[in-house]
Amino acid sequence: MSEHVGHESPRLRADGAAGSGHAPSSHGTGSSRAPRGVVAMDVEIPSDVNEIEPVVARVTEYCRTLHLQPRLCSLNIPVALTEALSNAIIRGNGEDRRKHVHLRTTVSDGSVVFDVTDEGHGFDMSRVDYDASDPEQLYAEDGRGIFLMRRLMDRVEQLRGPRHVVRLTLNR
Amino acid sequence: MSFTLKKQGDVVVVDVEGQLIVGNRQELKQKVLDELEKGERKFLIDFSQTGYIDSSGLGVLVSLSKKIREHGGELRLANLNDDLQTLFELTKLDTLFQISDTRERALEGF
Repeated sequence: MSEHVGHESPRLRADGAAGSGHAPSSHGTGSSRAPRGVVAMDVEIPSDVNEIEPVVARVTEYCRTLHLQPRLCSLNIPVALTEALSNAIIRGNGEDRRKHVHLRTTVSDGSVVFDVTDEGHGFDMSRVDYDASDPEQLYAEDGRGIFLMRRLMDRVEQLRGPRHVVRLTLNR
Repeated sequence: MSFTLKKQGDVVVVDVEGQLIVGNRQELKQKVLDELEKGERKFLIDFSQTGYIDSSGLGVLVSLSKKIREHGGELRLANLNDDLQTLFELTKLDTLFQISDTRERALEGF
């Protein structure tokens, strides 16, 4: 059994309205079973932040063929994926180029799911949140990555099984 | 992705060509800090050729803004597309920066 920590929040609307706040985190235990759908892309990169942009460009280009709302391909997917890959490379694998990060894209009628797997143990994402109303956080250089993933995706989950996986789900 | 710096009057204008993300943010930071070290105080970053910025890129902008202000200067931003504008609104960083629609408007009264 793998630990499963999820966070659901109202995603940024396609019209660009930022909305206000997000729902409380949902946490629990469950399995890290594969999402429903067809595996559309499987990519593995070494743990180097310079590898992120080309991969994100490839996945985004593929997502455009799914006829998603344009904003999802220009903002939600590239930014959320960049954050997840960046966390995996820096926090998960400590930027050790001998370690790899795996990105799997699974597509179904209802959703697009991105599984980002690293070789580390992860960190408790449920303890991290960005609160812009706190001046200390507004002026902070770091700390917005998980906040952005949560606001740009419909669901962000952390799966701790044999490998550490961050799963981003975007409803179509 | 690259950064081009040029002087327009007494303002250092930085053109960001491509995304501002974890892989290149240090380069931008260093280039601006070098100019600050040389005595420049007014900076404008133009994002007309940028698609998106990640949290690291946003963090560098916050950091530069603080450093420039500590030296009595100012950092302004211009030409954010709708997606970038949304990112700044989501993170409330639109309250931290003077953001203009065009480079010309940003340079007015600088």
